[in-house]
Amino acid sequence: MRFLVPPLVGLTLALALAGFGAPAKAQTLTVVSYGGSYGRSVERAWVEPFMAETGIDVRMEDYNGGLAQMRAQVESGNVFWDVVDLVTPEAVRACDEGLLEFVTLDELPASADGTSVSEDFPPDSRSECSGGGLVSATIVAYDNRQFPGERPTRLEDFFDLERFPGRRGMRRVPIVNLEFALLADGVPLDRVYSTLDTDQGIARAFAKLDTIKDEIVFWEAGAQPPQMLADGEVVMTTAYNGRIFNAQVLEDQPFTIVWDGQVQETSGPGIVLGTPRLEIARRFIAFVSRPESLAGISEHISYSPTRRSANALVSTHLETGIEMAPHMPSAPANMERALISSWLWWADNGDEMNERFAVWLSR
Amino acid sequence: MAFPLNSSLLNNRRLRAGLLAAPLVLFVAVTFLAPLAAMLVRSVHEPAVARALPQTLGALAQWDGRELPGKAVFRIAGSEFVALNERRALGSVATRVNRLESGMRSTLLGTARALAAEPPGDSWRQAMIAADPDWAEVSSWLALRRAGEAVTPRHYLNALDLDRGGAGEIVRQPEDRRIYVSLLLRTFAISTAITAICLLLAYPLAWLLAHARPRRAGFLLLLVLVPFWTSLLVRTTSWIVLLQNQGVINDLLVALGILAEEQRLALIYNMTGTIIAMVHVLLPFMILPLYSIMRTIPDRHMQAAASLGASHWQALRRVYWPQSLPGVAAGSLLVFILCIGFYITPALVGGRTGQLVSSMIAYHMEQSLNWGLAAALGGILLLLVALLYVIYDRLVGIEKLSLN
Repeated sequence: MRFLVPPLVGLTLALALAGFGAPAKAQTLTVVSYGGSYGRSVERAWVEPFMAETGIDVRMEDYNGGLAQMRAQVESGNVFWDVVDLVTPEAVRACDEGLLEFVTLDELPASADGTSVSEDFPPDSRSECSGGGLVSATIVAYDNRQFPGERPTRLEDFFDLERFPGRRGMRRVPIVNLEFALLADGVPLDRVYSTLDTDQGIARAFAKLDTIKDEIVFWEAGAQPPQMLADGEVVMTTAYNGRIFNAQVLEDQPFTIVWDGQVQETSGPGIVLGTPRLEIARRFIAFVSRPESLAGISEHISYSPTRRSANALVSTHLETGIEMAPHMPSAPANMERALISSWLWWADNGDEMNERFAVWLSR
Repeated sequence: MAFPLNSSLLNNRRLRAGLLAAPLVLFVAVTFLAPLAAMLVRSVHEPAVARALPQTLGALAQWDGRELPGKAVFRIAGSEFVALNERRALGSVATRVNRLESGMRSTLLGTARALAAEPPGDSWRQAMIAADPDWAEVSSWLALRRAGEAVTPRHYLNALDLDRGGAGEIVRQPEDRRIYVSLLLRTFAISTAITAICLLLAYPLAWLLAHARPRRAGFLLLLVLVPFWTSLLVRTTSWIVLLQNQGVINDLLVALGILAEEQRLALIYNMTGTIIAMVHVLLPFMILPLYSIMRTIPDRHMQAAASLGASHWQALRRVYWPQSLPGVAAGSLLVFILCIGFYITPALVGGRTGQLVSSMIAYHMEQSLNWGLAAALGGILLLLVALLYVIYDRLVGIEKLSLN
């Protein structure tokens, strides 16, 4: 059977994909990223300058995360995605599963201030298969119009239905939410993951989520929470900070971000294992990993570079001229209580937590 | 002499029919049977760990599973981990063992790294326990051995909220990890409810369609078909606009004074939302088979029943209903089967309580990459459909299944 299955899967996929138009030319690089306003930022800050500098043609595609497509391509030996943008926990899983090429430190370009490359990347800010990268934060945001009097200022207020009644938006996954629950329940930053290592700690997190369970509206895609706020469907929601920033500055929405208790995650592009365009894919990764490319994203959306030396290069928002530094997850004023999400913990416990979360959801 | 001629003609005709059907057979084989077979194989066959760790698993085969394995096993396992990690093949092993015992991913990868950095000479056991104390737990070794079973029922056990105990006996999962059975039951219940509601709504409408004057029937049919041709995503998101808390229906009810501002109904992001949106999406699949059967029932039958003294109700129950039964059965079967595998609508409007088992299948396909478990869940759904088919065949007879 083991000889039969891969060709069958491959044949099926090949036939299924035949409908999607002719394969790209050998020297067209396919870059896949999360669409929406973030995808447009990637296009303008990375893809267009890369094409201008190298003359290599790049085609962009959108996806919603998840590794199934990549795995299908790698297993069938028919790789047509070359570079994929991934949040670090997914990059780690893809790297473990042998879906991505390794990206070593000496492939990555020099820092902006002369420090060594290895010091320029904070520890655990990337997987062994990622270049880049960017820091995004999951934060709590609210609509000013819903709170004419007292306004939420702390993460605890998200769980306080008495002082701030109304429905809450929350992503339908355990990651970040378990951390939020423990932080709001008084667990200090450096004890969050050690608390989650115990059964009582997990129970404590779910018990905290229980207190607002009936008022939660769940979302899945990053574009949903600003929409839910704008519709008045929720008064407060967890969201990615960049999406809320764009709604604030581009659509003039009266939203406010509560930076207290933010949970930071990193992301970065990786190279799909077995791509026939490996060499230009590596050039793209090296281009994107330059401090000035990483800082360039911040002209379009408020995600910080992971590289320390790149933070000094962050300037203003291209469309509105807003000074970007204060809107960054890594801005000192926003970092008073900020948790760095541990992909290591989630790589070990993600499967189990997802099962427990699904049980919690259905009860 | 007519016989051989006839027979060769027949053969020729058969051959021609066979050739004409060949593309279809090939298409079905490639797009349906092959993936189905691949899926079913995946649900019981996961050879990755067995292939990666042949020596360790060979050594563990003799182990009794009660106390820690001997020093030799530590040495064999440790050196195999290091070698695998150098070929970057340990990661996929680690994620598979991790599914059976959370934390084993970093145990395996961390140990391999530590052993490579500092080769332990001949004290492998101490070195491994020093690298990660999990190696002093019997459960770690049991997980490793079980992950190494190439042909395994564990995905089906997992899909039924079961697990294997220390001695290999089947036990139930702890309560906070029992998810799939209740999800399967809920999928079954919601699908039954949706099928019943569809039938209730579709029956009178199909009757109208079948027995109205042609012009009006054509217009009514158009009303059924236009939504049927509209994108599923568009229809589902329109329901969000209508049903949400600040949506059209709630706004209307509040404006009319039927509800107070704080009494707005929760019509979406729960089971209600799933049922409403799915009934709408699947209704044409009930109407059309019913309509095609009802069109073949002559009006005269009802008139004849009336002339023999049957009341309207009696005629409907004893003359019309039995004749429409093949349509009822076909429509119900179709809607029910579509229901149990439905994904996008519940994902968008189901919120917390309106999710079907498809959400977990998608999760295991996309996020956890546990395709074996996804395949096992799919296999259970397939079994359900096959059961339905058998029941249907017994009750109605499959030859009566008519979509006309």
